[in-house]
Amino acid sequence: MALVIDLLSWSLLSIGGIFILIGGIGVLRLPEFYTRMHAASLTDSMGTILILVGIMLQSGASLATIKLIAILVFMLLTGPTATYALANAALLSGMKPGGSAAANGED
Amino acid sequence: MYYAASIAILVTMALALTRAMAGPSVYDRVLAVNMLGTKTVLLLSVIAFLYGRPDFLDLALAYALINFIGVLAVLKFFQNAAARSAVNKSAEN
Amino acid sequence: MMVLFSVFLLTLLVITAIAIIRTTDLFVAVMLTGIFSLLMASVFFILDAADVALTEAAVGAGISTVLFLGALALTGHNERSLRPGRWLAVPVVVAAALIVYATFDNPRLGDPEAPVHQHVAPWYLEQTPELIDIPNVVTAILGSFRGYDTLGEVFVVLTAAIGVMMLLGTRHGSAASPVRPASASNGLRHHLIPRVLGRLLIPFIVLFGLYVQFHGEYGPGGGFQAGALVAAAIILYALLEGEGPALTVVPLSTIAAMMAGGALLYVLVGLAGIVLGGNFLDYSVLLSNPVSGQHLGILLIELGVGVTVCGCLLSIFHAFAARDIH
Repeated sequence: MALVIDLLSWSLLSIGGIFILIGGIGVLRLPEFYTRMHAASLTDSMGTILILVGIMLQSGASLATIKLIAILVFMLLTGPTATYALANAALLSGMKPGGSAAANGED
Repeated sequence: MYYAASIAILVTMALALTRAMAGPSVYDRVLAVNMLGTKTVLLLSVIAFLYGRPDFLDLALAYALINFIGVLAVLKFFQNAAARSAVNKSAEN
Repeated sequence: MMVLFSVFLLTLLVITAIAIIRTTDLFVAVMLTGIFSLLMASVFFILDAADVALTEAAVGAGISTVLFLGALALTGHNERSLRPGRWLAVPVVVAAALIVYATFDNPRLGDPEAPVHQHVAPWYLEQTPELIDIPNVVTAILGSFRGYDTLGEVFVVLTAAIGVMMLLGTRHGSAASPVRPASASNGLRHHLIPRVLGRLLIPFIVLFGLYVQFHGEYGPGGGFQAGALVAAAIILYALLEGEGPALTVVPLSTIAAMMAGGALLYVLVGLAGIVLGGNFLDYSVLLSNPVSGQHLGILLIELGVGVTVCGCLLSIFHAFAARDIH
């Protein structure tokens, strides 16, 4: 039983790490701001869930698990909200999706 | 296996830093800072377990709360700057 | 392996610092300073200094960024270009090289034979379980063994806040113009989602701040971090709802009372030590059992520190934010 939990948590941790790496590469290589935001926010949430659940399986039933659940809940609440606020601010300031970076105006 | 996850997080922090330095528009940089913040929370959680000291999770929790405030402050700053330039433009016309 | 992580993070720090210096857009510099604080907090954490990492994360990455942005709203975006001349770089480089050469004589990091680990540090580590009996030795040293230094720190923070108040003043009451454009001080009023979520989060941030305050004897935490967290919660409210509602909730008189009251509490605890027969800031005489007296003394002074730090950060924030009028 302990072996199953170990294997499960290790696989969750590695898949979470892979998701986060994909997000990092996406933020660097995608062509436009809104596309980069897709990469950052989606992989953030997924990677957070996988890594934190993986750590929770390792720590069993203890105070640390409750703190990890609290961290998970706060990250899932505030991550998408920050993305929404950022996209809203960018849209209201005139940056239009779908154009090239040069057409949208650098600062 | 904690080491593999923390290496992945560190590499992503470097990539996000590159985007923060090179982003053509301001919002790219804000996105990169937000992403670095969430990666820091994950890095702190993983390393707290690597060190075998789960009572260091308080830092990750504190940072998860503070990151949000930083992003909202930036957006309010932009909103005021945009409003001020709109008021100036209408005052000139 | 941890050494590799530290080296990697320090390299990122150097790259960020170079980028901060080389950019001319001040907003980019402020964002990169936030990233610098994040990386610094991670480095402190890897070096096993949890209290410092918590303070750096709360104050450096959160509140400092907000204050810099408040200051940036009052000035322009771009740096004035200065041309001091290339020859100025030469003495700077020579001085930096000399300093780096002088550090080669330092003992290696964490060396158990280093002088700093020989005299006072083992005494603190041995005496804490007997005299003070709390698990977090950092809080024991900060609160009790070196309580006088912490008193000085509280007064430094108070003086900084008073300096900001004298320079910027507070423009509330009659000085504020009665007609304001709708989006000036409304915060993010017309963004519904961040407002709802922010309101949901604020009680939890305050609760977490109180937890960090009183848990400082058992884990990382203490007065400075707790004050920064509670101030961050109220700053979040001010960002979301606007300046006016935030000043109704925590008025300026309350903030001033908090600033002075915390430092006063600290000094009163010290004087109580004299009145009850011991020295200044001697907590052993506060209660009949010396160890319980130490606990009570540390609790009270950490409370004083937290209240003062919270009040000072709030007053600095309001001093910047109140001047942002059209």
